[in-house]
Order: sequence, then structure tokens, then C-alpha cells
Amino acid sequence: MHSDVFDRYHDTESFIHRLDPRVKVSVTVAFILSNALLPDGAWLAFGCAWLCLLFINMLSNLGIGFTFRRSFVALPFALVAITVLFSIPGKPLSTFHFLFWDLTITDMGLLRFMSILVRSWLSVQMVILLVAVARFPDIVHALEHLRVPSILTTIIAFLYRYLFVLVDEVFRLLRAREARSAAAAGARSGGSVVWRARVAGNMAGQLFLRSYERSDRVYNAMLARGYTGHLLTINPHELHRVDYVTAALAFFVILLLQLIGWL
Amino acid sequence: MTNVLLVQDLHFSYHDGHSALRGVSFELCEGEKVALVGPNGAGKSTLMLHLNGILTGQGDVTVGDKRIARDNLPAVRAMVGLVFQNPDDQLFSPTVFEDVAFGPLHMGLPKEVVTARVESALQAVRMSGFRDRLSHHLSVGEKKRIAIATVLSMNPQILVLDEPSAGLDPRARRTLINLLHELPITMLVSTHDMKLVEELFPRTIVMDEGMIVADGKTKEILADAKLLEAHGLEKP
Repeated sequence: MHSDVFDRYHDTESFIHRLDPRVKVSVTVAFILSNALLPDGAWLAFGCAWLCLLFINMLSNLGIGFTFRRSFVALPFALVAITVLFSIPGKPLSTFHFLFWDLTITDMGLLRFMSILVRSWLSVQMVILLVAVARFPDIVHALEHLRVPSILTTIIAFLYRYLFVLVDEVFRLLRAREARSAAAAGARSGGSVVWRARVAGNMAGQLFLRSYERSDRVYNAMLARGYTGHLLTINPHELHRVDYVTAALAFFVILLLQLIGWL
Repeated sequence: MTNVLLVQDLHFSYHDGHSALRGVSFELCEGEKVALVGPNGAGKSTLMLHLNGILTGQGDVTVGDKRIARDNLPAVRAMVGLVFQNPDDQLFSPTVFEDVAFGPLHMGLPKEVVTARVESALQAVRMSGFRDRLSHHLSVGEKKRIAIATVLSMNPQILVLDEPSAGLDPRARRTLINLLHELPITMLVSTHDMKLVEELFPRTIVMDEGMIVADGKTKEILADAKLLEAHGLEKP
């Protein structure tokens, strides 16, 4: 059994796919940063940023609505920002009663909230695009090249490798429980909530122990091949002229977005 | 023939006091392919972990002309290629290439040599086209072969395999047997697959309860029904 639920790479041929992963990663980070820096209510700049996104979508042969369709998964997280609706002083728009509080929505609050929503929505789309056009190991390489501390990139690489193994492990545990979750004829199956919670707790403990022991075995496998505390890799990537030009162009566009937003 | 591996009176106990090895001695000659059989918990895996110094017990392990000690561990680990039972433990890098390159890179070889070694190791296990594949997308049989490639790339003098044929379907098992048959390298293979033993290994070592209880020609050992039964083994 393989769990590929986290693999979002789309194996297509395109100009964007061929770019060096460093370009993709740094442009993505710059784009997200730019979104965060744009002032509240810079709708024109937000709109332009979205057009840029659609354009890259098109360039990567994924279909113009690719990131748009997938972007809504992240919207619930924007709800964390809901308090700004009431907490920013400004002209009151409407007031309602919630439990013990009278909450007043202000125009400034609404503006801030909508801006945060749009910012996160744009940024999420860019990241969705990044993982669709760059293989995960390439992204990790790019981070290495961009001088992200090797301890972090190592952790990310291991996380990625063993996430799948762990998820498979979880599925096996769940299936083993399922297989024995029988009911006697006429009786209700399942036992009390406390009992079920204990079973779930035991399973979590099992998972921890199995992972812990696996980490031991993995470490042994690393030692057996000469690991001494430093991870070494060969990175076959090379920056070509087209990469430099694209990166320069992308940064220029991001700068333009900022100008549009602030002027 | 020259000895490539010499184990002398090896003792080892785990932290919980369970003694896993109780005086193990044997030697491997160059080019020999030897099976290591015995019931679960006999100490086979523990013994294997001693052969390149991941575990260290009392007694001597000599690889080539080097007695394993703290300061020559890197050299010894390049000489003894240890392949673990579960390939998911062995393949820890995101891509096949990086996994196979791990050993040679840590030996400090230059990039071109590393790349060449990766290519030839993958070729040896007939997985040349898998260079850029992601490890978690491979089948168990493919993972096992890549796992062998990850140590072949270090050009080891001895290959130590823990249960290579466990969990493989007949075709994957057959491919693996052919592969082991072809590899011109000294080999110590722990297994429960007695058919594999009969087919591939002229010499067999039987372990039980942390000791070697028999060491000799496979044919003779497999003919000794009493011995096999006493140590929980079956004739193929």
C-alpha cells in the first residue's frame, strides 16, 4: 500500500517545469513576502498579482484554473483573523450580540479582514503552484542552495521520506483495529467511550514506539554507510541564462506590484 | 584462500541484560557465499550489526587486515556492506540517486566518481532507469534491489544481507536470487528461506541462542534432519 496523498507534483512538460528549482522557490518566497507587504485595500495590486498567478498557471500547462480550484482548502485557516473585524477602530457598520459581548464590525476592520483573506489566498495559490511544478527533493535542494541551514533541510527531507512510511503504518494499525471491531449478534459494538479512547491512546503509543525503533534502525543504516554527522549530497542543478532572466523578470514584476500597491 | 572476515569469541548483551551473542567464532574466505540460518531470536541480526561495528561486544572482529576499533570504523564500513531487512529503513533519502550516492559521498569520493559508482551499482542490480525515482513509490522487490545497490556503490569486499528474500513474490525472489548468484563478492546472508540456501550457498552456518551450533557444507547440514529439527529449521 502506498499513500501518495501528499504528493502534489504534476508531471508535465513546460517552461516552468524546466526552470531551476532555486528560481521557483525564491520567486515563490518573494511573491508571498510581497503579498504580506502590500497595504490594506490595495485591490488593484492584489488583482494584478492574481493575474500574474493565472499567467504562470497557463505557462506551466496546468490549466488556467489549476491553483484556483485547489486554493479553497486553505481558506478556513484565514478565519483565525476574524477578530480583526471587531478590534480595529473605525466607523461602525453593524453591531450584534454574541454570548456576553456586543460586537461591532467597523469599516477599517472589514477592510483589514478582507485584505488578509486575499493575501493568504494569493500566497496559498503560489505555494500550490510551487509544489505542482517542482519535485519535492528538488525543493529541498533549492533550499540547501539558498543557504537554509542543513539541519533544517535534513529534517524536511526525512520528514518527507518517512511521512509516507508513517501514514502507511497508521493505516495498518487502523485496519488491524477495524478487522477486530466485531459485534456479537444483537449486541451494540464498540464498548464505552472511555474504552475506545484507551484503545486509540494505545495505538498512538504503538505508533510512537514503532517510529522510535524505526529511527534507530534508520540511524544504523546511515552509520553502516559511513554517516558521521554531516549529510552530504550532490546537487545536479545548474543555473542557466534562462533561469537568471526569468528570475530577474519575476522580481521586477513583484517590484511593480509593490509600486502599484503603494502609489 | 585468504580470510576477509574473522570473528573470534564474540559476546554481546543488550541493555536489558538479554545476552544475544555467547561466544561466536567463524571466518569467511574471499569469494565465499555463506548462509546464516537459525530460528528467530538466535542472534543473527545482532551478529550482523557487529560486522561493521554498529554494535560492539566483547571479542574480536577482523575485516581484511583491520581489527574493528573506534578509529577505523569509517574504513571498515566501506569494506562491509550491510543491507537491512526492511528496505524502508535502508532507503532514507528522497530519491534513489541520493540513496545510492550516500555511501560513496561519505567516503569522500569526488563527484564524478560518485556518479559513476551510482550508475554501475544501479546497473548491477538492473535498476538503471530508476535513478530519479522517489523511494516511496517503489515496490518492495524494487526497494530491496535498490537497498543492495546502496552498499554496492561503496565497492565493499563483503556483502552482508539480512533476510533478503523475505516478503518477496516469486518473481521478485527469483530476480534477487539471480542477482546474488551473479555478484562476484563475498557474501554472508541470513535467511529462513531454506530453498534459497540450498540453491545459492555452498556453506551454511547454523545459529541458535547466540551460538554457532553448526558450520559446514550446506549439503551435509541439510541432510542432518536431527540437527535441523533441534534448531527449528526445515528441510527445503
